[in-house]
Amino acid sequence: MTHKEVLVAVKNLKIVFGKGKNKFVAIDDVSFDIFKGETFGLVGESGSGKTTIGRAIMRINEVTDGQILYHGKNINGKISKDWDREITQKIQMIFQDPMASLNERAKVDYIISEGLVNTKKFISEEDRQQKVRKALLNVGLLPEFANRFPHEFSGGQRQRIGIARALVMEPEFIIADEPISALDVSIRAQVLNLLANLQQQNHLTYLFIAHDLSIVRFITDRTAVIYKGNIVELAETETLFSNPIHPYTRALLSAVPEPNPYKEREKIVEIYDPTQHRYDQQPPAFVEIEKGHFILANEQEIENYRTTRKMGG
Amino acid sequence: MEATRTKSSILSIQSLVIKFTLRGQVLTAIRDISLELYQGESLAIVGESGSGKSVLVKSIMGLLDKNGSIEQGRILYNDRDLAQFTTEREWLQIRGKEIAMVTQDPMTSLNPLKTIGKQIEECVVLHQGLKGKAAYEETLKYLTDVGIYDVEKRYKQYPHEFSGGMRQRIVIAIALACHPKILICDEPTTALDVTIQAQILQLLKNLQQKYGLTTVYITHDLGVVAKVADRIAVMYAGDVIEVGATHEVFFNGQHPYTWALISSLPQLGLKGQQLYSIKGTPPNLFKAIKGDAFAPRNPFALKIDYEERPPFFQVSNTHYARTWLLDPRAPKVELPETLLAFFEEGRQHANDA
Ligand SMILES: Nc1ncnc2c1ncn2[C@@H]1O[C@H](COP(=O)(O)OP(=O)(O)O)[C@@H](O)[C@H]1O
Ligand SMILES: Nc1ncnc2c1ncn2[C@@H]1O[C@H](COP(=O)(O)OP(=O)(O)O)[C@@H](O)[C@H]1O
Ligand SMILES: [Mg+2]
Ligand SMILES: [Mg+2]
Repeated sequence: MTHKEVLVAVKNLKIVFGKGKNKFVAIDDVSFDIFKGETFGLVGESGSGKTTIGRAIMRINEVTDGQILYHGKNINGKISKDWDREITQKIQMIFQDPMASLNERAKVDYIISEGLVNTKKFISEEDRQQKVRKALLNVGLLPEFANRFPHEFSGGQRQRIGIARALVMEPEFIIADEPISALDVSIRAQVLNLLANLQQQNHLTYLFIAHDLSIVRFITDRTAVIYKGNIVELAETETLFSNPIHPYTRALLSAVPEPNPYKEREKIVEIYDPTQHRYDQQPPAFVEIEKGHFILANEQEIENYRTTRKMGG
Repeated sequence: MEATRTKSSILSIQSLVIKFTLRGQVLTAIRDISLELYQGESLAIVGESGSGKSVLVKSIMGLLDKNGSIEQGRILYNDRDLAQFTTEREWLQIRGKEIAMVTQDPMTSLNPLKTIGKQIEECVVLHQGLKGKAAYEETLKYLTDVGIYDVEKRYKQYPHEFSGGMRQRIVIAIALACHPKILICDEPTTALDVTIQAQILQLLKNLQQKYGLTTVYITHDLGVVAKVADRIAVMYAGDVIEVGATHEVFFNGQHPYTWALISSLPQLGLKGQQLYSIKGTPPNLFKAIKGDAFAPRNPFALKIDYEERPPFFQVSNTHYARTWLLDPRAPKVELPETLLAFFEEGRQHANDA
């Protein structure tokens, strides 16, 4: 592997919602880097904190503690106007439910150019329209769709509109939050291929949030597994899938039904028991157990993992 | 994987056509489907959304929306034709009691204002004729059966006090308490996390054994199908286009739509390459469909596919597919490498087994 440039660095991120008795720690001391040009997967069950992390990078959620760096520069807290404008343009998000994320009463033209207008990222009206047309074409839609309303489109088309809206900003980094979960099987592949093509053409970096592990395995380069606000394991995707170490990762992977009746029926589903950890006596740390492969564990556990699981070089 | 042992039919759908009227327009949701359900089996109905899976099973339970009706065909159960039922009274002899259903959203089946124990007990009282302490004890037994602990305490709780997976277990308990012969599960785990899904599917499999149920699973997830089904019916645009034993449909599928569904699985994709994707979108069901409904999206379509609906060609004793490609006059087609590799892998497993 050649030298990898870190595009996004999340350092000891903590996000707390509510106060006093209602205080809820949604993200607890999470750290990871996303390299330029890669697709970084974030998987975990619903409520584990995936969207919260995405929204923190988008600066929609306030960061309670820790840092988020983009190109090595802080993006949370007080930042300069120029830097603010730059990252507003460079970092975009695609949402799970294309219907809910699009303003129903606005025409596609308005929806797609909203970001352009907010950041004044066009020279003339002609330029704006041109950019909208180009974005539509790039996601495989017709330019004349600009004059229609979202309800006139199918789920797959609406997700394309959502992608066009991100794309028109000429971003560098896209957070795709379960972009195909709401779509039909036959449409999913189309949208996945589109995302992959756009990444190639525009040198994009993706944070791909998903709960469907088969898709994560197919599309991501590295994957982090999150459980109740903690990243419990992070590795190159193939390593993670072929040699999962943390018991939660193992349980999660074993639960995914394999579309092969022979394999599926031979498979043993592991159950994760969170009480197995003895963290009151020896708290865990996020350690690199082999190159590029991190797990949340204490010393005792690491020793156990080393003896019971086969470890690469 | 043994084939269905006892071939006695428990429910028989014959030439069923179902239409809906919407703002003066007519939509044909089920287009002449014939399908057998065998005693004790687990049948999966697969297909993408809008293909008619839910409408088909709702018609079996007399739960079609008001604007829909059975235009043609029969649904035979215990020598009675359910398609002829006109009153709620008639349906009440079937619904719950003979055929029960678990749906995607357990909240739609639960009463938020009643304790879950009471809701199960009502079925025990109504369908098993038990009363008082006996009914209570029986209710606790069902709660235990569906994997709920601390049953006395849980009995007194309301639906909102349970997680999504737990609620689904309660809905299953209610269904079982009515002593049905057939259990229909319409996307029972689609809204759940995979770890919970695995548990619920395992539970359903165990309960099927324990209670000798015949089960129908509706899903779009081929992984779920692989886990639970003895037999598969593939639906497209209101029609069953292929039906066969699970291994037959997975590893010797014959309809191009079945091939397309399997090919677009990410598990068959090669990293860094395009995933197989089905072009276009499903047909508009408001319009009449001529020939094979999949033809416009089918790279192997023949001229006749646009003209005449293919009949069911027999592939084996248990396997049938509606595709003109099985006609002796049809040309041989070349399948994508990845699909052939998948079929081959399946055959090897079959030989090892
Ligand atoms: N604005 C908020 N206020 C309070 N709690 C929140 C808020 N946003 C998210 N949460 C909670 O934080 C947890 C993580 O949520 P989320 O990031 O949406 O999970 P995921 O995307 O993994 O399903 C959940 O328990 C959720 O209820
Ligand atoms: N009450 C209704 N009125 C009009 N169309 C309906 C109605 N119910 C279902 N449909 C249509 O019938 C078709 C099949 O629907 P359904 O059985 O729910 O599909 P699925 O395979 O996703 O379960 C769809 O095109 C759907 O829009
Ligand atoms: Mg989320
Ligand atoms: Mg349905």
